Amino acid sequence: MRGILGWGTYLPHRRLDRTEIAAFVGQGGGKGTRTVASYDEDSTTMAVEAARRVPGAVAAEMLMFATSFPAYADKTNATVIHAALRMSASALAIDLGQSTRSAMGGIMMAAHGTGTVLVASADIRSGWAGSAEESAGGDAGAALLFGDDTPSSPVVAEVIATASATEEFVDRWRSPGETRTKVWDERFAELTYGRLGQQAWTTALASAQIHAADVTSVVVTAPTARIRASLAARLGATRVIDARSSTIGVCGAAQPALSLADLLEQSGPGQIVALVSLADGADVVLLRTTAALTNHRSAPTVEGQASAGAPLPYGRFLSWRGNLSVEPPRRPEPARISATAAARSDAWKFGFVASRDRETGQVYMPPQRVSADGKHTDDMDSQPMANTVGTVATFTIDHVAYSPSPPIVFAVVDFDGGGRLPIEVCDCDVAEIAIGIRVEPTFRRLYVQDGLPNYFWKARPVRG
Amino acid sequence: MASHGISDRVAIIGMSCTNFVEHWDKGLDDLIIEASNECFTSAGVAKDDVDAYWLGTAQGGMSGITLARPLQLIGKPVTRVENYCATGSEALRQACYGVASGAYDVAMAVGVEKTKDSGFQGLNAVPPPNDGTGRTLTAAAMFSMVAPAYGRRYGVDADTMRQAMAHIASKNHHNGARNPRAQFRKEVSTETILRSPKVAGDLGVFDCAGVADGAAAAIVCRADQAARFTDTPLYVKALSFVAGNGSGLTDPAYDYTTFPEITACAADAYAQAGVVDPATEIAMAEVHDCFTITELVLMEDLGFCPRGAAWRQVLDGRFDLDGALPVNSDGGLKSFGHPVGASGLRMMFEAWLQLRGEAPADRQIAGITQRARPLALTHNLGGYPGEMVSFVSILGPHVG
Repeated sequence: MRGILGWGTYLPHRRLDRTEIAAFVGQGGGKGTRTVASYDEDSTTMAVEAARRVPGAVAAEMLMFATSFPAYADKTNATVIHAALRMSASALAIDLGQSTRSAMGGIMMAAHGTGTVLVASADIRSGWAGSAEESAGGDAGAALLFGDDTPSSPVVAEVIATASATEEFVDRWRSPGETRTKVWDERFAELTYGRLGQQAWTTALASAQIHAADVTSVVVTAPTARIRASLAARLGATRVIDARSSTIGVCGAAQPALSLADLLEQSGPGQIVALVSLADGADVVLLRTTAALTNHRSAPTVEGQASAGAPLPYGRFLSWRGNLSVEPPRRPEPARISATAAARSDAWKFGFVASRDRETGQVYMPPQRVSADGKHTDDMDSQPMANTVGTVATFTIDHVAYSPSPPIVFAVVDFDGGGRLPIEVCDCDVAEIAIGIRVEPTFRRLYVQDGLPNYFWKARPVRG
Repeated sequence: MASHGISDRVAIIGMSCTNFVEHWDKGLDDLIIEASNECFTSAGVAKDDVDAYWLGTAQGGMSGITLARPLQLIGKPVTRVENYCATGSEALRQACYGVASGAYDVAMAVGVEKTKDSGFQGLNAVPPPNDGTGRTLTAAAMFSMVAPAYGRRYGVDADTMRQAMAHIASKNHHNGARNPRAQFRKEVSTETILRSPKVAGDLGVFDCAGVADGAAAAIVCRADQAARFTDTPLYVKALSFVAGNGSGLTDPAYDYTTFPEITACAADAYAQAGVVDPATEIAMAEVHDCFTITELVLMEDLGFCPRGAAWRQVLDGRFDLDGALPVNSDGGLKSFGHPVGASGLRMMFEAWLQLRGEAPADRQIAGITQRARPLALTHNLGGYPGEMVSFVSILGPHVG
């Protein structure tokens, strides 16, 4: 039996109230909210955050990463995720293509492949200020772990059939290097997706030798809510779950895995459930949940995250997306990172691995070779810190230091079980920071210089 | 293993200090030439009489050639040193050891910084290529974490802390207003200081040192030869230096209310100079007031008052110009300005003026020259809470 072993999802902290858009631009907007990746997040960091929440992800033998908005071209982004998760060097880590459908490609290949495969996806959706894409889009990360059923890592949802329908047509597009997605005629897309969706759906049901009424729940992901609703109404499934476009938005390459996770979180054992993805074609995955589903733990849930978050003013959103140029601090921009220095500190920079003194037990962040008393050299153990919560010992707000989005909230954090690090705090309003609050490490992009993202860890308040 | 010091074995025989301002019309070389020539005149020596040179500059240039070229020093040993904001003090320290060792008869220390050519705010270090995991916070932000920590530890409410810090800023502006070389020559009321916009944490603009261009210099010789040059040398009683190991950043026991590097550095200096009770034996102090909260904590780390008492003694005026232990009588970094490589020597220049009775009358410390053993302390630090270098010197006009 092969199928899904686990999942993890990540929604960024910030929410844009869509009504703010028309008030500012004079057009566009809509109802509800969308999720917004912070200025220090990109598709890679959100994929890391999602993948970190997948039980057993670290042991995957292969990692595939899908996004329509990669941090690097030419260079593989999946290796960053691989490093942040501290996966085995023997694991293959590859990027899928830069289209939203590539995420479904990863899911299909993992479903039919061999070994344990982690499919990570993340996306940042943008459009012109005031455009429907800007308003309807959302940012998220989602990851699924596929593999064969074993007693130690049981399948929670068996793949019972997949089907695809492919055709060349132009729906949404963007040239390489551009940041804003453009859209062809919506009605044309709706009709085309409707036809392809039904075709794939019928094929999948036939392949599994079941009827639509046998499917307990289905989730449909599509470029717009209208296209989704149009197909969903015609599938004949018992229940169609909401894809949360009114609170999260449509999250591009991250949407299929995000919605499938959401679906599984709302399902019980022994049910047939389905994912229908419309993105440059139609792809269907039929699954049968197992008894192991009850024991799966991936916190927080999509629903929990969708109802959390904090508002972001539209002006900030525009500046984060590069659609509004704001005067930077009058401080020098940081230099590009040294690739060789970064490679040497791989474990610390990407994996947040400190060192622990074998003599005294003291944790050093960053890792040190010589003990604090100066007596021992290289008498240390590795001490992973990425999953360790800490407490703010003291803090400050820096209004002057260079930041892509000042001011900087900064805290001295004492981690549970030892280790202190002065570290930047993110996803935190100035009024929220206080001595004694609990914070947890999160993988972020500090800045980009010369096309090189500088990835490292920050701390964010532990919420809920 | 010991720190023996070189008490009374080296004398300062000449000093100089340029104005510390935004020298838009002067480059690094101009500042070097101005300070050096004034210093040669002060000591009554010619350029060639100086056997060895040390140049302190944090970012002004690399190698001794940065000094040798503008001064046209021919065939001389010239060393460029850098030790964060204690760079100028480090230059003097090396020059003193150069003559104390007997290697040279006369040595010169020049400190210089051209800070205002970058177009950026504040001071900006240029780190070597790195992995991008280091902090990029301003010094103001790092030091701003001290004020609330100190207040919590000693039960001082935030408003009282603000008042004490504003008193320090106001005091240093009062002194700087009486210093023709200072960057900011205006008295500033505590009300204005308290209203200033925030830079980091609870630190406002008026809690931060001025950033200026400038240079300062000193010429030293062996103490037994000082009389050949001047009747009123200053004798070096102590030179101490501690480079922290950065443990404060990683040690959960560090509480941001003290700077252990400075406590250790001061203890060494007092031992070298035979000072038992610094609170009464030190007649004046020039300290590294990069931020007002720094000066407050330094009063305790340097042993001028008991732990937890500095805020009250500051407010009581003990460190004012007419107080029992005047601190930063020249205006300090706060109003004199902070050209990094020059600041340590600038502090000694104030000791040079005060101990020889040459400070302007309206800021000459009353009675200092009449004291039996008037000692001046200069303290210069670089870095941040948890990770700093510290320098302390003690100077006096008499042997013994």
